[in-house]
Amino acid sequence: MNAPFVSTRRDILRYGAAGGALIIAAPLASCARQTKLEPDEPPPTLEWFEGKIGPFVVINADETVHIGSPNPEMGQGVDTSLPMLVAEELEVDFDKVKMVQMPLGIKMGDDGNMTWKHVPQGSGGSTSIPENWEVLRQAGALARGLLISAAAVRFGVPDSELTASNGVVRHAASGREATYGALAEAAASIAPPEEPPALKPREQFRIIGKPQKMKNARAIVTGRAIYGIDAELPNMLHAVMERCPYFDGTAISVDDSAARAVPGVVDVVKVRRPPLDGPYDVQAEGYAVVATSLWAAMKGRRALNIEWDHGPYADESSASFKRHCADLLSGTGQIVRNDGDFDAAFAGAAATYEATYWQPYVSHAPLEPQNALADVREDGITIIAPTQTPSSCNRMVAEALQRDRLDIEVLPTRLGGGFGRRLSNDYAVEAALISQAVKAPVKLLWTREDDLRHDFYRPAGMHHLKAAFDADGKLTGWTHRLASASKYYRRPNLPETDYWSAELYPDDFPGGLTPNYRMEYFSAKSGAPRGSWRAPAHTANAFVVQSFLNEIAHQRGEDPLGFRLRLLGDPREMRYEQHGGPVFNPGRLAACLRLAAEKGGYGEKLPQGRGRGIAGHFTFGGYCAQVVDVEVGEDGSLKTTRVVAAVDIGSVVNPNGVIAQLESGVNDGLSTALHLAIEIAGGRVTTGNFDSYPLMKIAEAPPVIETHIIDNGDAPSGMGEMGIPPLAPALAHAIFEATGKRIRTLPIADQLRVR
Amino acid sequence: MPRLKVNGRRVDYAGDPDMPLLWFLRDEQGLKGVKFGCGAAHCGACTVHVDGEAVRSCVTPMAAVEGADITTIEGLSDGGTLHPVQEAWLEEDVAQCGYCQAGQIMAVAAFLKKTPNPTDADIDDGLTNICRCGTYHRLRKAVHRAAALRGGRSS
Repeated sequence: MNAPFVSTRRDILRYGAAGGALIIAAPLASCARQTKLEPDEPPPTLEWFEGKIGPFVVINADETVHIGSPNPEMGQGVDTSLPMLVAEELEVDFDKVKMVQMPLGIKMGDDGNMTWKHVPQGSGGSTSIPENWEVLRQAGALARGLLISAAAVRFGVPDSELTASNGVVRHAASGREATYGALAEAAASIAPPEEPPALKPREQFRIIGKPQKMKNARAIVTGRAIYGIDAELPNMLHAVMERCPYFDGTAISVDDSAARAVPGVVDVVKVRRPPLDGPYDVQAEGYAVVATSLWAAMKGRRALNIEWDHGPYADESSASFKRHCADLLSGTGQIVRNDGDFDAAFAGAAATYEATYWQPYVSHAPLEPQNALADVREDGITIIAPTQTPSSCNRMVAEALQRDRLDIEVLPTRLGGGFGRRLSNDYAVEAALISQAVKAPVKLLWTREDDLRHDFYRPAGMHHLKAAFDADGKLTGWTHRLASASKYYRRPNLPETDYWSAELYPDDFPGGLTPNYRMEYFSAKSGAPRGSWRAPAHTANAFVVQSFLNEIAHQRGEDPLGFRLRLLGDPREMRYEQHGGPVFNPGRLAACLRLAAEKGGYGEKLPQGRGRGIAGHFTFGGYCAQVVDVEVGEDGSLKTTRVVAAVDIGSVVNPNGVIAQLESGVNDGLSTALHLAIEIAGGRVTTGNFDSYPLMKIAEAPPVIETHIIDNGDAPSGMGEMGIPPLAPALAHAIFEATGKRIRTLPIADQLRVR
Repeated sequence: MPRLKVNGRRVDYAGDPDMPLLWFLRDEQGLKGVKFGCGAAHCGACTVHVDGEAVRSCVTPMAAVEGADITTIEGLSDGGTLHPVQEAWLEEDVAQCGYCQAGQIMAVAAFLKKTPNPTDADIDDGLTNICRCGTYHRLRKAVHRAAALRGGRSS
């Protein structure tokens, strides 16, 4: 992840103070300007915005408004929701707003460290809305204030006598008015106020909270939306790359003579393997075939003759890794939270429960394969790529090529999916290394097999849970023991004793709700690269914790919903120190469970072969509960017929976007729970394409998904990830209700098949 | 020199007959709306119409389309008027990342010619393109809406 650059309202004001004269910054790469990232739009340069009325707003003479969206769009809807924040305070008709994806803006800070030029610009961790909630409204308010001041000068009246709405500044007393388009140039020369204007109270919102359709939908349905894979530069070469399939392996011999003989092939470039004891910059040693056309590069790649050493993990397989986790769990691990005395509580309990769960490695598999366009020149570097973290992309390229960060321009394109894969920028580093070697702009494209075999996978792991109850039915003890291959390995300066922190969140439910609580972690060894997969460890932990609750409730003869509600208790603020904190309110989760249950008819008697399950989870500041309906045929065929969800993310910016993300989370959770696992054999990933990694198609998607939103007016949390975690446990519960079979291993695959 | 028609325009092709149609359309014709997802006909992101039929261009060699009439997403709409499937996609606000959607729309446009009033079961059987964002819920609604916009015509 990026260093947590701090951006403040002050930065935005200071930005405005640079206004007046148009900033004439020399472009880092004039050729990059020829690549428009959205058709019919202005070139994607920061300079285009700068020197006008704040860093995100350009008012055009025809009264249309361009609003810069600082964070990369990967389907989560920020290209609509972030401009909504600006437009709300700017007082413009949202239909006249056009979105422009902003390139990376970084600068040298006063302390000598790199910092954001305007605002943080990564997309990940469901942070885009919460991080921009105030700062982008502030940017809109600042721009509105400057337009009002320009009108005040023109009319010869004080600012306070003017109002702005729908792109027009009015002086009520005289009836005079001026449009934003007529005021924009004058507004750009006005010094911004020392203190930012006050923000509107929630009751006055006209745009925020009202459903808005996706801004760029028309470009998408007409095939004009530009993704990384579509970007081009003049005289660009194409590259594809054969990477070592074995974890941390290397080439024993390379014969590239046949590849070089393919017409159109201009070079074969070795990309060295990543450091074995530090963070990945690239993922594997590889040989890039560079050609004048993509097809020539692909044919050249097929003609490569490389013998690979099988590397230090040659004996690893899916089965061996699972055995390794089971072996670890038979011992004693690292205690990462320890309240009271779990062992004593367990020994003295009136009733005890225990279960073991397994989750496999899974891949992000964004539908747009990894790609990057790099132009490494003496005077600078241009990277055009689908990246969730343009700043990290800039830093990694700078480190790999030993160049100044300020000489590297990063233009994030629209992403054909992200899901956490494009937090890593290995493909951009590869492209930069290749471009450096051939001294030309290079477009590197991965195939689907490259993507599935060289991902940073969601960690696989085995979970062992135990719970203790006293004679009054009170939860007296809970332990969660996890053996997994942490995504935090190979992080710089992070000892193995900290690896657990990416996999177990100590303040997750039911932490703090029982006096004797213990979390124990076992750091498993695996050669598979790991990373953040949408809602990271919440996907695993929600499945096991919520499934275990359902098992306990069943064994105790309690209703799973009522059981959860009595454990959660009344609304109150509990400390939550992990991402999504600082507060967890069990009452808000209980409210989501109640609402989903009510809307989903939870508890109704269903005919044979049908089941209805429930689960809820707190993910990155948001609360979500889901009721899932299934039908299981006599042959074991499974149909998910309906999902009813309740979500509480505080204030809602775009209800349409929230619903879209919930639907996406449900389908992502379902696809993954039903089918998906990355298989390893002989120290390499054997899963190859969508035949062996069968992403769900429409036939298995629930025909009915209902989303019920609790908008409580609190500061918003993000919606991009929290739709996933409740799905798998609610599905498993529904399957149990329909069949009596417990799902403790994912994916479900053929576990229900009747033989 | 093989000839074919792309979006109503005659074009020649003198290159490798084994090259997939996908790369001809993207890299030689500049039709970037045709997307690469898997290269193995699993996902359908590369779907185009070849003589009116939905075809996965990533596994269709140039040799197989000699003389064919090809339509891509860029040629689907009639001038400034969107095709009913595109219109339905906007009305239901289907897209998220949007990467698969051109292929989805091409698949649905061909599907509705043969199945002008599809049931949900028809949709389940007839549409097999992958959407990694999971827009299937709105996509299904948009297929029904597009069928209504077309007025149940079978051509």
